[in-house]
Parts: sequence; C-alpha cells; structure tokens
Amino acid sequence: MTVSFTTTGNRGLDLEEKLIFEQDKAGRTAVDLPDVPAHDNRLGVAKRKKAMGLPGLSEPQVVRHYVRMSRNNYAIDAGIYPLGSCTMKHNPRLNEKMARTPGLADLHPLQPQSSVQGALALMDELAHWLMTLTGMPAVALSPAAGAHGELTGLMTIRAALEARGDARKVVLVAESAHGTNPASAHMCGYEVESVPGTEGGRVDLAALKKRLGPDVAAFMITNPNTCGLFEDDIVAISAAVHDAGGFVYCDGANFNAIVGRVRPGDLGVDAMHLNLHKTFSTPHGGGGPGAGPVVLSKALAAFAPLPFVVKDGDGFRLVETEEQSGAQPYGRMKGFNGQFGVFVRALSYMMSMGSDGLRQASADAVLNANYLRERLQNALSLSYPGPCMHEVLFDDRFLAETGVTTLDFAKAMIDEGVHPMTMYFPLIVHGAFLIEPTETESRASLDQLADLMLGLVAKAKAKEVEFFKASPTLTPRRRLDETRAARSPVLRWSPPAPKLAAE
Amino acid sequence: MAALKYTDQHEWVAVEGDVATVGITDYAQGQLGDVVFVELPDEGKSFAMGDQAAVVESVKAAAEVYAPISGKIVEINEALNDKPELVNEDSTGDGWFFKIEIDDESELDSLMDAKEYKEFVKGLE
Repeated sequence: MTVSFTTTGNRGLDLEEKLIFEQDKAGRTAVDLPDVPAHDNRLGVAKRKKAMGLPGLSEPQVVRHYVRMSRNNYAIDAGIYPLGSCTMKHNPRLNEKMARTPGLADLHPLQPQSSVQGALALMDELAHWLMTLTGMPAVALSPAAGAHGELTGLMTIRAALEARGDARKVVLVAESAHGTNPASAHMCGYEVESVPGTEGGRVDLAALKKRLGPDVAAFMITNPNTCGLFEDDIVAISAAVHDAGGFVYCDGANFNAIVGRVRPGDLGVDAMHLNLHKTFSTPHGGGGPGAGPVVLSKALAAFAPLPFVVKDGDGFRLVETEEQSGAQPYGRMKGFNGQFGVFVRALSYMMSMGSDGLRQASADAVLNANYLRERLQNALSLSYPGPCMHEVLFDDRFLAETGVTTLDFAKAMIDEGVHPMTMYFPLIVHGAFLIEPTETESRASLDQLADLMLGLVAKAKAKEVEFFKASPTLTPRRRLDETRAARSPVLRWSPPAPKLAAE
Repeated sequence: MAALKYTDQHEWVAVEGDVATVGITDYAQGQLGDVVFVELPDEGKSFAMGDQAAVVESVKAAAEVYAPISGKIVEINEALNDKPELVNEDSTGDGWFFKIEIDDESELDSLMDAKEYKEFVKGLE
C-alpha cells in the first residue's frame, strides 16, 4: 500500500484536528469582557482554588474545531445506518421545526398549568395515539428511555402484586429478549431466570409452561424478538402466564415492525414500553435523549406512576399526587413530566404520517429487511429460515475456515462508507450480523449495501485475511485497538508536564 | 494439582484438599475473545451450585461465570483487576477466578472430566 504524507498531516478533506485543550493559548478569547472590578469574594469555602483550565481560543478556532469534529461523525443524516435492534430511521425535519416552536420549546415545568394548556393537550393527544396504536387503556409518559420504561413496567407489576398481597420473587426472561430486560428485572429486586428458545428462534412455550408457578411475577418477552422474528405463540404465552397469576411484560423496542397491524393489547400484554426515539423517529444515538412511555393493561392501570394528564372540563390538568389520582400510584419515575421535546417530535411524526402512513411505514420496514434477506441469504448464513420482520439475522457460519471474523467483516464495511450492522448480538447465534435497514432506505441504497457485502463475502471466501485484518484503512484513525481501549481507557485529558526551561 | 473437572457452562475446577480453584476454559476464553474486565465475588460470600458468581466481559460480550459447586469464596484472583488478559493468556493457570471451600464433595461427581468435556465442546462446533 502506498501512503502519501502531507506537511499538515491532513489528507485532502480528512483534516487532522488537535484536542481543543491542546489549542489553548493563555489570554486568547472570543469575546472582550471588561476587567472584573475589585470585590470581596463571598464564596467562602467554595472559593475556587485554582484556574478552571478552560482553553483560550478565538471564535474561528472554536467554530473550525467543532465543524472539523462533526465531519468525523457518521450519522443517519449522512448515510445508511443498519444497526440491528436500534432502528436508525430518518428524523423528519418537520419534527424539529415543531419542537423549536417557541410556545413548546421555551416552557418551564414549574409554570402555572393555566399557562401551558397547549403542552398538556399535546401530552394528552400523544397518550391517545399510543393507547390507540397498542390497544391498551393507560399510559405512563414519564419514563426517560427504553430501559427506564422496563423498570417502570416492572415496578407497576410489583405494585399490583403487592396490592393483592402476592409479592413474587422471580421474573422470567426470554433468551431472545433484549439484553436490558434481565438488568431491569434485577434492578427491580427480582431473581431472573432465562427461558430457552426453540430451534426456530422463538420462545419455547413448553419450557415456559413448565417453569411458570406461584413464584413468577412476570415474563419478559420482546416481540418481534431480537432475531427479527414474530413470536407466533404470543397469545398462548400470555394465557399461560396469566393462568399462573403472573403478568406479561413486552419489550416494545421492535414495535416499529408491527405499528398499525398488531395491537399488543390484543395479544395479552400487560405492560410495554414504546421507544419514541426508535418507532416514532425522534433522534437518538450518542446518549439520547430518548423517551420510553409505558402502556398498561386494565389490570395495571390503577398502579401507574405519577404524573399524568387528565382532561378537566374545557382544559387539562396534571395529576401529581395520590390524592388527586384516586388510584394507587406507586410513586414517580422522574422529577417532572418526561422528555417533553421528544413528545413533540413523536406526535409531530404520528400526525404528519397519519394512521395510514404509520401502517405503511411498518410494512416498508419489514419489506426492506426481507429484500436484504433475499439478496444476502445465499452468500451469508441466515440463522433462521423464512421471512423475517424488520431486521434480518445472519451468523458467521459462512466465514468458517476463512480466518475472517464478524468483527473484521464489519471493519471492512466502514471503508465502504456505511455504518456496519449490529455484531455479536443476539448472543444466541454465533458471530451475529443483525441488519435493520428501516423503511428509510430506498431500493438503490439497499442494493448498494447488499452489493458491498457480497463483494466482501467474495474477498473472505478468497481468504484475503490480511485485507480484513488491516481494515479499515481509509478512515481518519485506521484500525483501532478496541481491546486496549477497553482495558486501559483514557477518559481525561491531562495537561502536559510544564516545560523545564523558561521562555 | 489434581486433574481438572469441567462444567457444561465452561468453568474448570481444580480440587486441592477441601478447596477448589475455579476458572473458565480455554474454549470459553477463545469464544469470548479479548477479555477486558472481570468482576469477582466478595471473599466470604457463599454460593449454591449453579449460582452466578462472577462476570467476565470481552470486546464482544459479557458472560456470567457460575459457581460449579456449592461453597464459600476463600480467595479471589486480584491480579485480574489490572490484567484481565491473563484469562486469555493462561486460562487454566494465572487466569483463575476464585477459590471456593467445598461444601459437598459429592457435587464434584456430576462434573465432566477432560475427555467428556472435549467431547462436549466438539458437539457445540
């Protein structure tokens, strides 16, 4: 390989950029501030003991720094992002426009309710859409994201069980459920037991029935599951759990595959969180914010956490205490009312799509995943035969004897200018490739992904191991040492030791 | 050191007197890939056979390590805190996880010997 060196270290449009602290020049500033007049410092023990260490920078330096950094970012706004189980779909700009409407963006949660009637109406309307789409009678809007929603659902289940004097100890989790499920159950104080899957990648109903009993508080299932498959036995599963006195928690992270087609309430689900940031197109990745409202069945509705919005005559009112609720709320999950900015975006998406548009989006998401399955299934190894839902799962059997791993394959995809799929998850197949194209991608975009993957399969079969082990070679930092990064992470910048010689 | 015994969850057990040393097998470390973190149990804590006793995290996944027999933890391998790579480099030696005081020797009979474990792993591939 020929490597060309430049004086600057830049490679064309790929610009080398120092950390912002390394660009510091003492005394440089973007704004002229007047000198601080003489004063008595009244901070007492909180008085600052040393300089804050903010870098001295000019405005153009700051602007260039962040523009340059942003160019090293890969986002759904830049290209296909088929990260399985993450649902990286386009975020319509209309949502952003609505969220920036001053009347919605500039609210404070402690404003008098009479001054935020529009915001309360918006929350009520969002609740209406979520309950209608899921066929459930109640919703708690406040949870901050998916796993927070899981905890909310489980705490609601716990409250309902304790109210009937039947505290139970165990939560069963399907092997094909999302990875956060056992963590949430554990956090809620339950013992967690796993329920195995069948050869076909679904919950083993017989094994579940065998384990159910008076100690089981809930069964947690993800539907469609993390193999991208619909749990065909879901109605029988729910009936069996209910017969044993337990509740069914459904992880709604994959609801985007069935919106407008299946109502979880009809399947016997008691609690399910909805990732507004996945299914309803609000931005996510890089830490949020998400929103994870939880819909609840009739059996759980009375125990829903505070606060919630009710219609009161001509206006809307927040119910914030147990007395106001007239029910048995177990408490609250968040200081205020939830991720309001995300509510605005999600409702904007729902209303602009309409119920017919939402129904088409779920079909298109499933169609796109199946298109990729058709194009790739003879070259990669499909983990479970037959049609999939919104994501398609392959494993690494096709790489056997090639010396190439799933990780190497994903690294080579980066050089092709796409974000790789989810790797090594779910754990129930070996060396997983989990691909979720979403409804966002056009046929041209899907074909490009399939073509580049088929090209890489050919290279792997030709045992071009060195090519894969060196990939990616076209990125700003080439192949990263992930092991070292995980074993010895450097999380803080420290200033270099002062120079010995004075200038 | 006595011959190793194995579980179907890929732990190995080496018995010396009334104490058993426990780690994960070479097959397990190979499947996990580069180990980056190991969470060990507290000394003095008791486990029943099959209870989750430790967690091993690699660049690919996090996996539970189960107590292969019942007993009380008498020593843990502190070296893994700073050098988790020992699990990859020497899984049945310096990469051991913990030592457990054996409650019930008869539990050892249910574990596999080296030949049985080899067959078991073969069946997985």
